[in-house]
Amino acid sequence: MTTILGIETSCDETAAAVVRDGHDVLSSVVSSQVDLHARYGGVVPELASRAHVQLLTPVIAESMVEAGVGENDIDAVAATVGPGLIGSLLVGVAAAKAMALVWGVPFVAVNHLEAHFVAAFLEEPELRPPLVVLLVSGGHTLLVEVKEIGHYRVLGGTIDDAAGEAFDKVARYLGLGYPGGPAIDREAAKGDPEAIRFPRAMLDEGLDFSFSGLKTSVINYVRKHPDVSTVDVCASFQQAVVEVLVAKARRAAREIGAAGMALAGGVAANSQLRTHLLDACEADGLQAFLPSRAMCTDNAAMVGAAAWYRLRDHGPTPLDAGADPNLRIPLTA
Amino acid sequence: MTVLRTTSVEETRQMAGAIATLARPGDVILLVGDLGAGKTAFAQGFARAIGVEEQVTSPTFTLVRSYKGKMVLHHLDVYRLEWLHEAEDLGLAELVDDGGVVLIEWGDAVTRVLPNSFLELRFTFVEDDDDHRAIAVRVVGPSWANRAVALATATQKWSAS
Repeated sequence: MTTILGIETSCDETAAAVVRDGHDVLSSVVSSQVDLHARYGGVVPELASRAHVQLLTPVIAESMVEAGVGENDIDAVAATVGPGLIGSLLVGVAAAKAMALVWGVPFVAVNHLEAHFVAAFLEEPELRPPLVVLLVSGGHTLLVEVKEIGHYRVLGGTIDDAAGEAFDKVARYLGLGYPGGPAIDREAAKGDPEAIRFPRAMLDEGLDFSFSGLKTSVINYVRKHPDVSTVDVCASFQQAVVEVLVAKARRAAREIGAAGMALAGGVAANSQLRTHLLDACEADGLQAFLPSRAMCTDNAAMVGAAAWYRLRDHGPTPLDAGADPNLRIPLTA
Repeated sequence: MTVLRTTSVEETRQMAGAIATLARPGDVILLVGDLGAGKTAFAQGFARAIGVEEQVTSPTFTLVRSYKGKMVLHHLDVYRLEWLHEAEDLGLAELVDDGGVVLIEWGDAVTRVLPNSFLELRFTFVEDDDDHRAIAVRVVGPSWANRAVALATATQKWSAS
């Protein structure tokens, strides 16, 4: 039995969790800073780092109390080492190393992207690889083949803006506030998704994505039609994003002969994306996994779970290993 | 002040490539303009021209992305810092000293902490055309002033005047 304390501070969520043997979540505490950053229209790195410093100790304490464990029960301490904002990452990494050193237990470095993949197995242990994971958030848009936990292959990614970034930037342009995803989702539900035909970039080529042109196209349209209904713009924009995401995920699944598809990341909370992906899986005879709302956002349960597999397959991480804001897959940690 | 015009995203990339041929280690280029005006497209064309093979994606999430070509390229997005006066925390001076070229999107916020010499490119939409852009070029300081003639020659093809 291995009990791991996981820490996640890669962006604007301060989170700690206690997870046993990679699947048994004893506690998962998340303190979101979203209100702190809302008035700036996005995460402000310096504010995020300072908030992590203030919040991390109480969040860790709460996760241990909630799990009913003391320091003697912790067998390893894990933290997200990247990708993310460097200042934010460092807070969690430094805390995890310090506790590992003081408690005399291993430190385990976790790749944030891998943690999102493991999240699917955490909520749905019956998932059978090979799996196509569509990871969509403010910072990432990736299609990844999961052969098994620990073995990944990137099938495609964005060549410019991340999907969540397109949501944030369009919402900002339309004056809908931050975060843009939920705001556009809400407005889109009231609009006509066929009202405006926005471009679907690279729809028929490969597995990469491009959202920069779509963003520009929305801005151009609104510039020329200042009286256009905002709900129609939101609905039509969201339709364009979702259509491309789902089409590429289906193609990826077909190409690798996947048994199922899983969504991950903040944009996985988008209601239209969830519905369309589910429909696509049903039509293609694939197992579908849609994360709970809590698992879409950054959390430490997925870090504690991913750390168990890292520890099992690769052992502890040296304490002199640093954080890497641009960490990628294949995993180097 | 020179004004350049491009008629497509690819042309913006080519224009960036022409400017990149004049770039030296330690250069700072400010890219100012609204969402969708072509700032990241410029960075992509610039990177391609200095031999960066990696895909240049938006730096919005991590604020800084660095690439290796014939020179190191640092690509910054500081739009969330406009209201904060915290650009000092970006470590801009260290990035410049690092010997690479620094491209800064949404540059207005950082003018207080810039070196003496830099090139400013201001991207605007041209009315009634989706793909056309006007790019106002402003040379600040001796380093770019010494290259003004070469710059005019390299970008002549896109010159609006």
